[in-house]
This record gives sequence, C-alpha cells and structure tokens, in this order.
Amino acid sequence: MALSNKNNVLPGFGPTMGYTLLYLSLIVLLPLSALTFKTAGLSWHDFVATVSAPRVLASYKITFGAALAAASINAVFGVLVAWVLVRYHFPGRKVVDSLVDLPFALPTAVAGITLATVYSANGWIGRHLEAHGIKVAFTPLGIIVAMTFIGLPFVVRTVQPVIEELDTEIEEASACLGANRWQTFRRVLFPLLTPSVLTGFALAFARAVGEYGSIIFIAGNIPMVSEITPLLIITKLEQYDYQGATAIATVMLVASFIMLLFINLLQKWSRRYAD
Amino acid sequence: MSAPTKTYSAKSSGNHGITEPAPVRWILTAIALGFLALFLFVPLAAVFSQAFEKGLSVYLTALKDQDTVAAIKLTLLVAVVAVPLNLVFGVAASWAIAKFSFPGKNLLISLIDLPFSVSPVISGLIYVLIFGRQGWLGPWLEVHDIKIIFAAPGIILATIFVTFPFIARELIPLMESQGRDEEEAAMVLGASGLQTFFRVTLPNIKWGIIYGVILCNARAMGEFGAVSVVSGHIRGTTNTVPLQVEILYNEYNYTAAFAVASLLAFLALVTLMVKTIAEWKVQRQLKEQ
Repeated sequence: MALSNKNNVLPGFGPTMGYTLLYLSLIVLLPLSALTFKTAGLSWHDFVATVSAPRVLASYKITFGAALAAASINAVFGVLVAWVLVRYHFPGRKVVDSLVDLPFALPTAVAGITLATVYSANGWIGRHLEAHGIKVAFTPLGIIVAMTFIGLPFVVRTVQPVIEELDTEIEEASACLGANRWQTFRRVLFPLLTPSVLTGFALAFARAVGEYGSIIFIAGNIPMVSEITPLLIITKLEQYDYQGATAIATVMLVASFIMLLFINLLQKWSRRYAD
Repeated sequence: MSAPTKTYSAKSSGNHGITEPAPVRWILTAIALGFLALFLFVPLAAVFSQAFEKGLSVYLTALKDQDTVAAIKLTLLVAVVAVPLNLVFGVAASWAIAKFSFPGKNLLISLIDLPFSVSPVISGLIYVLIFGRQGWLGPWLEVHDIKIIFAAPGIILATIFVTFPFIARELIPLMESQGRDEEEAAMVLGASGLQTFFRVTLPNIKWGIIYGVILCNARAMGEFGAVSVVSGHIRGTTNTVPLQVEILYNEYNYTAAFAVASLLAFLALVTLMVKTIAEWKVQRQLKEQ
C-alpha cells in the first residue's frame, strides 16, 4: 500500500515513532550489541579455539543435524496435514485445526517433560517402540522428536493458506488433459506449493536450532552424543566461563541471522510466485 | 477417527478428476491424524493423565506447595509487567508504521521481528552480559546494591525481550490493511487525535489486540530458556512456574511436576481457544471492509 505523507492529516507520527525506536533500542538492539562487544574483546585465536573445540563441534553437528531431520519430517507431514485440513472434511476437523498451534502455546518446559515421559521406555508411545528395539528418550532420536514437536505448526501454517487459495480449475484442466490424480499432484500442485513448503521448512529449522526447553528433558544431554549447542552455552555460563558462552552464542546468532536472511529471500520468492 | 464424509472441491459425485478416490482420502487422513496423535494429542493427554494419576487430593496438595504458590505469583507479576509494556509498544509501533510512510520501514519491521530468531538461551545471556556481575553495569549495580540478574527485574527484562514482537506483528498488518480513511474522516470532522484513536482506530483493531495480547501472555508465562539463564533458580524467590516444573521433575517428583505443568497446559488450551475466536473475528472484519 503506497501511503504518501503529503496530505496526511493524522497526528502522532513523531511521538509513536520516537517511542518505537527508543523501546526497540533499549530492549533489543542495545542488549544484542552487548554480545558483539563482549565477543570483540576476545582475541581471534581464543575465539576460534573456543568455538571449534571438539565438544562444541559435536554440539553443532547434533543441533543442526537433528534440526534438519525434524524440519524434513515436518515438511512431509506438514503438507499432508495442511492438505487433509483444507480438502477433507471429518468430524473434529476444526478442533484438530486449532490444536495444530499447540506447540506455539504450550510452554516448552511442559512439552519437554511430557515428551520425555511419553517417549521413555515405559511411556505410552515409548513402550511400543522399545518392543521393537527403538529407544527415543535420552538418545539423539529424542532431540528429533522434541524439535519435530516445536516445528510442527510452521509448515502447516505456511502451506495451508496456499492450498486454500489454489484454483481448482487448474486441477480440473490437468484431469481433462488426461493426467491421473498423482500426476496432477506431482506436476501441477507440487510446484505451486514448493515455495511455501521451503519457507515453512526454513522457519521450522531455524526455530529448532535455537530451541532449549523442550529438548533438554528428553535429550539425555551426554557430551559429544546428545548435547545441543544452547545447553552448552548454559553449561559454560554455570561454570562462569562468560567468554566461552559468549563466543558460542555469537556463532549461533550469526547462524540465525543467515537463516533469517534466507527466509526473507524465500518469502519474497514465494510472493512473486503467487502473483 | 472416522472416515471423511465429503470433500471440499468435489461438489458432485462425478468429479473424480479433482479429488482423490475415497480409500486414498481415508488413508491420508489416518496418516495425518496419526502423525498429530504421536506428536500432539498423546503428549497433551499425558500431561493431564500424569497430573491426576494419584488422585485429586494429591494434585491439589502439589499446587498448594509454598514454593509453587511463590512461583505462580512471580509468573503473574512478570506477565503483568511485560505484557502491558509490549502492548503500549505494539500499538505505538503499528500506528507509526501502518499509518505513515517513511524510508526504512521494512528494516524497522525486520528489527521488531528480531527476538523471534534469537535462541531463548541467547536472549537471557545478553542481559547477563549487561547486568551480571562481570557485565557492563555489574560493578555499578553491586556498589548500589541493585539486583537485576538472579532477581525479578532480570526475569522481567528477558521475558519482555522474548515476547517483544507478538503484539506489534499482529497489529501492523491489520492496521495496514485498514488504511487511514476512517481516521482521516474523523480528523476532518473535528475529532482530536486521541478521540480519533480511541473512537475509530481502537474498535477496529480490538480483536487484533486481544489476539496479540493472548499470544504474548502465553509466551510470557511459559518462557523457559531465557528466564532459566537469568533466574538463578532460587526456590520460592526467583522461580517462575516453568522453572518450578523443571525443579520438581528433576527431583523425580513427577506427579507434582505434572500438576504444575497442567496449569500451563490449561493456559495453553485457553489461549488456543481465544486465538481461534479472535482469528475468526479479525477475518470477518477484514471481509466486511
């Protein structure tokens, strides 16, 4: 929407803008810059030594690897859930639709303890997996389960509106031209959904990488095996190793800014795709 | 679970080309619901089942515990301070951004969204780096005997940070879509700026505000990672409800942990309900325009 201020008679731009910038600087920008300054105080050698220590490298691998796995699971099942919620009618659909947002509303600590309980060896779900020799709680698999939980709404909520907007005429056209349903999905619908699936995937991935609360209860937290990077930051802090904590946090922060940039590009792309 | 009865697009039974055969529909619905059951429904049910496992009286005793009551009070205090501050900011920011044009608008919106992409642990850490003992203001605060980290002010600050974008990001798109015609008409008819805001703008964004506030509040009461870094975990003093859940759980006091957790789960369900209603109202409002 193009607004011109020339004939704008509305008051209050000065005070509201001033307050916005002041509050933003005090709460967000200044504290975040503290991290940068603290890191700048480290020598390059110390910084590199800290952020590339074997235990730290292992935590990146676990965190990013599990986040990738969880986001992939969500990409596949998120599209399916969105499709079923938009296209099929079944009793309780509205309730299910609302509950998809549960991971946004449920505090992460609550999610953490309930997932750890349900997926433990004698839990409601873990019991059945255990019978097949699959251990989830207190293994890296548990990290993937927790990350799948917290990332679940992202793919569903980015893909759902796109499916709602799909013009059924193109599906009819495809059918008239002799395509079967699977061909229509793969050749016609899937390309239309791709940008939103990728955006949801990236959002779920970014959220999973930074997640802490829901993971630590189910992960087992064994160094080199199931220790995520955010936990390592806390461990360093508890040992009063502020420099170490800050250095690792900086790596995480840079990673999330890169992801943010990538997500913005994806969103621009999907908007252009939609036009 | 029961089978789907009709499809969205197939208006007549002869519309085979644009929907899946019935068995495929059933299988897909079953897989989708099965996935949601594994990750959402079963864990949610488990919270309440574990909480009431040993009966109602044990449940109530767990909630009456002195430390738990203190945690509930602290959590309420945190939300009472953090949510209104972010509400005022959200309204001010959306007024400036949605009703006026200026260079750098997109950058400003991105900066407001920033706390969403920062790990909760880092959100807490940055306040430790400023107010902690080794932080920028640490020595000064110590001399003046002001406690921010490992005390309520630090918990409140970290909570404000993580819930910072919620209300603004609900209101900005809503106010942008409403434009400024109605406000301009009010001004031309002689209303003052504040009258225009309270009589014209506020009724229009009412449901957007409710939506934003309820999400902001849910996160403020439920935040764990950021608060855990700045709290210091002092029982009965600096423990919020989520931290109390963690302590009880780590002490193997599962029934009490889930009893306290059930309060937060209940809050989450209420949040989802209000969110669904508010979403519906906002959509209807947008359609009417």
